[in-house]
Amino acid sequence: MTAPNDRNDNAGVPVPVTPAGASSTAPAEYPPASPAGRGMFGTQGSGDVSGFGGLVRQRKPVEGSPRPYGGYFDEVRDALEEAYPQFGEAIEKVVVDRGELTLHVRPERIAEVCQVLRDDMALRFELCSSVSGVDYLGADERRLHVVYQLTSMTYRRRIRLEAAVSPEAPHLPSVTAVYPTADWQEREAYDMFGVVFDGHPNLTRILMPDDWEGHPQRKDYPLGGVPVEYKGAEIPPPDRRRSYQ
Amino acid sequence: MTTSNYATERETTEGKVFTVTGGDWDQVVSGTDPISDERIVVNMGPQHPSTHGVLRLILELEGETVREARSVVGYLHTGIEKNLEYRNWVQGSTFVTRMDYLSPIFNETAYALAVEKLLGITDDITERANTIRVLMMELNRISSHLVWLATTGMELGAINMMLYGFREREYILEIFEIITGLRMNHAYVRPGGVAQDVPDDAIVKIRKFLDLMPKKLKEYENLLSGQPIWLERTQHVAVLDVTGCLALGVTGPVLRSAGLAWDLRKTMPYCGYESYEFDVPTHTDGDVWGRYLVRLAEIRESLKLVEQALDRLKPGPVMVADKKIAWPAQLAIGVDGMGNSLEHVAKIMGQSMESLIHHFKLVTEGFRVPPGQVYVAVESPRGELGVHAVSDGGTRPYRVHYREPSFVNLQALPAMAEGGLIADVIAGGASLDPVMGGCDR
Repeated sequence: MTAPNDRNDNAGVPVPVTPAGASSTAPAEYPPASPAGRGMFGTQGSGDVSGFGGLVRQRKPVEGSPRPYGGYFDEVRDALEEAYPQFGEAIEKVVVDRGELTLHVRPERIAEVCQVLRDDMALRFELCSSVSGVDYLGADERRLHVVYQLTSMTYRRRIRLEAAVSPEAPHLPSVTAVYPTADWQEREAYDMFGVVFDGHPNLTRILMPDDWEGHPQRKDYPLGGVPVEYKGAEIPPPDRRRSYQ
Repeated sequence: MTTSNYATERETTEGKVFTVTGGDWDQVVSGTDPISDERIVVNMGPQHPSTHGVLRLILELEGETVREARSVVGYLHTGIEKNLEYRNWVQGSTFVTRMDYLSPIFNETAYALAVEKLLGITDDITERANTIRVLMMELNRISSHLVWLATTGMELGAINMMLYGFREREYILEIFEIITGLRMNHAYVRPGGVAQDVPDDAIVKIRKFLDLMPKKLKEYENLLSGQPIWLERTQHVAVLDVTGCLALGVTGPVLRSAGLAWDLRKTMPYCGYESYEFDVPTHTDGDVWGRYLVRLAEIRESLKLVEQALDRLKPGPVMVADKKIAWPAQLAIGVDGMGNSLEHVAKIMGQSMESLIHHFKLVTEGFRVPPGQVYVAVESPRGELGVHAVSDGGTRPYRVHYREPSFVNLQALPAMAEGGLIADVIAGGASLDPVMGGCDR
């Protein structure tokens, strides 16, 4: 060796050094912050782990479809317009996508629209297949959508109703009077998204414990969790993992 | 020892014998009628042998008559829908298969159909993949109905039926194990097709099963159909007519037992069901007996469908041709279940760097699904199993909601039970065939 060994006198003997990020006492450290944000590929928000961290996915607003829609969709729309005079006021837009018809309904009108859809001879949506929620966080202020899948057994048709409410005033009328089957499904939507169905006979939590706080399927609900140590390395909790951001 | 007024004693050759009598209680309670005056609330479950898992029933009883019934669910909530939002689209199959654990193939198929519809590749699914899906679904329907028959038999006092039902179901699970590597929770039907091809020895075993099952069905019928206790416990019990079914959203065998021949395989076909020959069995009584007959007949129809599907199995690919979607590995069944085939591992590790990159990208990141939403429904053994899937254009589902027939159908329990006897709550609940794993998700 040419350079003087100024560190210690047992040169050549390996000294145990704790590898970065593998300590059992300290959590795994993130790589130094880059302008693009933290994470191995600099991703944030989009969940993009492809390496193209600077790309941000844009969510285009859903737009109404032009007529003719094709299939039975025109018939359904015409029949509803005829049977329900307030159509123009109650229906925000009509979307046809992937062979499915979606009527975006003003939330306060949802029960009326369901009543007409069920009772009118030309519509006859006897079965309410499903009621659920979707949280479009960041889309606009009415981000909580309640989605109704209706089935007409007479005509063998399906349509979807969508009503959007804001988390500050998450109220819309219950459709249980029209479709008793919506009872538990509305309770689930309340449980998971915090949407309040006015006029529901017993709007309580159904899947989560009664004393649970928050509505777990909202997109801004914290995942929680604890870091887990595995073979010396620490795996951060789900919402702090790289691919989860 | 003292001798009370209520028990007289006498000496016999075997020893002392006490004869216990009612004493003066008749006089004590003469002013009241405990049968009609007293209402008690009984909490049944969530741990109870005849509630099909962790279903809790709160029953208000007047004597043996149920005046009010309320069901409480949620004890098996596992957050699968939320979990799906944090996995890529293909990993979803592994989660949804665990919802309704008696009909995993249906959960997977409904999910796969929804993802395929979002991708716009529904028409690209190969014929062989569709045939295999039908084959697996119908086998699964038989196994699910067998469990229903077994558990319902047990709950109504026919313990031997439970042994027989589970015995034949085991045969189907063995077939599943040969094909998918696992008895349950297969993750076999995947977006784009099925995970891997059906091996020849499975076909042989299915053929054997087709010979065996009709004899077994006769055996069950000999055992139950004419038996007075079974008839007493099922006929005119827990009646729900078509109006009640539709209002409460009840579908599947319960709706068909009330007389409406609504079967999505016929009315809104998928996976090529429109090209198969089969009937939709119905009954008109709308009672437990009708549901029993409908399910037995459905097993027979499923056997027909399995046979037709076997005859149609032509060699061909079981995954879509699009390599941007199709799972990159040629999977194979090893001793420890399904995994990457050794040839594939040899190729990506030894020969082709590009294959390795492609595999890595598709497995870790997954494919992208164009934004939008779809609703797809299949006819599961319990009724309409619907999937509402929303994509925001990313590699993971934005939201997946399962319209679980167990969840929806359970709402009908008070309508069936109230006004009947407490023993009929068991029969009525069992006839809905709820699976709590599916109900609570």
